[in-house]
Amino acid sequence: MRPDVVHRLAALREAGTVVLLAGVVVAAMAKNPQFLDVKNLNSILLWIPLLVVVGMGQMLVILTRGIDVSVGSTMGVAGIVVGMLFRDHPGLNIYLGAAIGMAIGFVLGAINGGLIAWAKIPPIIATLGTLSAYRGLAFIACKGEQIDSNNIPDGLTNWALFGPITINGVTISWLIVWAAAAAILTAYFLRWTRTGRDVYAIGSHPEAAQLRGLPVTKVTFLVYSVCGALAGLAGVLYASRYGFVNPGTAGQGFELTVIAAVVIGGTNVLGGSGTVFGVLLGCLLLGTINVALAVLGIDAAWQTLVYGIVILIALTIDSYLQRLLRRLAVGA
Amino acid sequence: MKKLVARSETIPAILLVLAFVAGAMQSKFFLDVRYLLDSSTLYVETGLLAIGMTFVIVSGNIDLSVASMIALVACVTARLMGAGWSIPAGCAGGLILGLLLGGFNGLLVAKVKLPSFVVTLATMAVYRGIAQVLQGAESAKLPSGFVGIDMQHLPGHVPIPLVILLLIAVVLGLVLQRTLFGRWVYSIGTNEEASFYAGLPTSTVKIAVFALSGFLAAVAALLLNSRLGVARFDDARGLELDAITAVVLGGASIFGGKGTMLGTMLALFLVAVLRIGMGVANVKAEYQLAVIGTLLIVAVLAGNVATKLSAKR
Repeated sequence: MRPDVVHRLAALREAGTVVLLAGVVVAAMAKNPQFLDVKNLNSILLWIPLLVVVGMGQMLVILTRGIDVSVGSTMGVAGIVVGMLFRDHPGLNIYLGAAIGMAIGFVLGAINGGLIAWAKIPPIIATLGTLSAYRGLAFIACKGEQIDSNNIPDGLTNWALFGPITINGVTISWLIVWAAAAAILTAYFLRWTRTGRDVYAIGSHPEAAQLRGLPVTKVTFLVYSVCGALAGLAGVLYASRYGFVNPGTAGQGFELTVIAAVVIGGTNVLGGSGTVFGVLLGCLLLGTINVALAVLGIDAAWQTLVYGIVILIALTIDSYLQRLLRRLAVGA
Repeated sequence: MKKLVARSETIPAILLVLAFVAGAMQSKFFLDVRYLLDSSTLYVETGLLAIGMTFVIVSGNIDLSVASMIALVACVTARLMGAGWSIPAGCAGGLILGLLLGGFNGLLVAKVKLPSFVVTLATMAVYRGIAQVLQGAESAKLPSGFVGIDMQHLPGHVPIPLVILLLIAVVLGLVLQRTLFGRWVYSIGTNEEASFYAGLPTSTVKIAVFALSGFLAAVAALLLNSRLGVARFDDARGLELDAITAVVLGGASIFGGKGTMLGTMLALFLVAVLRIGMGVANVKAEYQLAVIGTLLIVAVLAGNVATKLSAKR
């Protein structure tokens, strides 16, 4: 596709996400005028950071026409192992803990990347396999025992409770700072580095990228490794936010939420187009929907259905928009 | 002999024998024919999914929504029967629903031209979500006249569900490998563009393949309902993994165009024997899942290596 068409597509999609977001807020306000009060804003802001961190990695993967459904299980393994380290070594530095979580995630992501880049296993199959394998690993690591709240250091849980900025009772927590750092670094990587540009090129047309001499295999391996590392970090942030880690439930099903946020934010599943800003909007939209469901008194049972419908809507819009713009580009 | 080695069913057949030997060494209950036959009813639902999945994978697609279709059809039929529908009417309703759910997947894949893995990932959530909204945490009871098909046997202690599975496998195996429609499925999986320009009705075949997958999921849902006596929204969770593993392990190429019904059935029994064996050895559910997940990756890896080797020759 021509660059101007890509930019128009991105702008259109981001505008669409903003409209949807406004729609959700208006609908929630109509039912409950207090929807945007301090309590709800805080719960939206608490809900989003994990999604953003994992969403950045998932976005990189989807940009290359891939998918990673193992992120939830990777979160589980990293959360459990780091939680065990905190339990067995109470004095452990929390930043070191976060770094270890990232390292564990990186290794698990690199396994995905190796299977996909070198062994040429389709991403959905490779990560569907590791989704189960890593979940089993989380159970093996802790012998099925949950990491309780008294084993998680206060310094870590404080990331979710306090932050550098508080405006009228709305806290910008340290979790938000982590998420912002992940987003800024990803945006910089995609916009200003050669490898970042390669990610878009590979997703737009893998064969052409290969013929052009781009290191397709290496970049593919890299995006899954980075995606794993970010999921690993999210595992530690999970411990911070919830204050405990259960091998069965930590990150379980999170892949669906993340994929929903990434595709509703305008990242095309056919690869090659998507922006960090769009994904952030997608995360904000899902966070708002989630809190709105609770405020509107809609049963939590609706969650899965809503995520599924969100993905379907995004897919259909993307497919339609892309065909429309291609026709316009040919006509111009 | 050479032909036998080259056949894709050989590997699952050998593994099946090995798994039997390993299972027999684990526990003396394992080689009890009655125990094995009774246990087989637990894997009939997976088998039906695997049969549909064979068509889907041979056509170059994947269907991740199968287990969610089971759950939705199971809940809906249970409610229909609870609302006074007769047993045959309830079954017919469930089967039609399965056909529609699968057809919807096919429509999105064929007409909106979206990759099947994202479409069915989304409908996996949608179908399971509808079941959850409909049923909540409650279980829906089934009428007593409908319950207990797994306790019905043919002479020789062969359970009825197993007979149903094998009949469907034979019929659909013939459809896949001996009819024009079946050849079209292989052709589309090998090269969809070429098939389209050769004048094949590629969209119709793809929709039919997904609809078949939905229909078989509905049959599985009815058997599950009859076996359990209640329907819940979290029925059959994760079963897509076992079905996909069976198909790929049976020698089907995940890239489409290659695979046989015999291979799938052999691999299905391998997965079942593994699961029964792990059950007898008291292996926890999460570890079983990890083993199946690893097996899926190893199976695809082995398939890729085999393709490379045969390409070199």
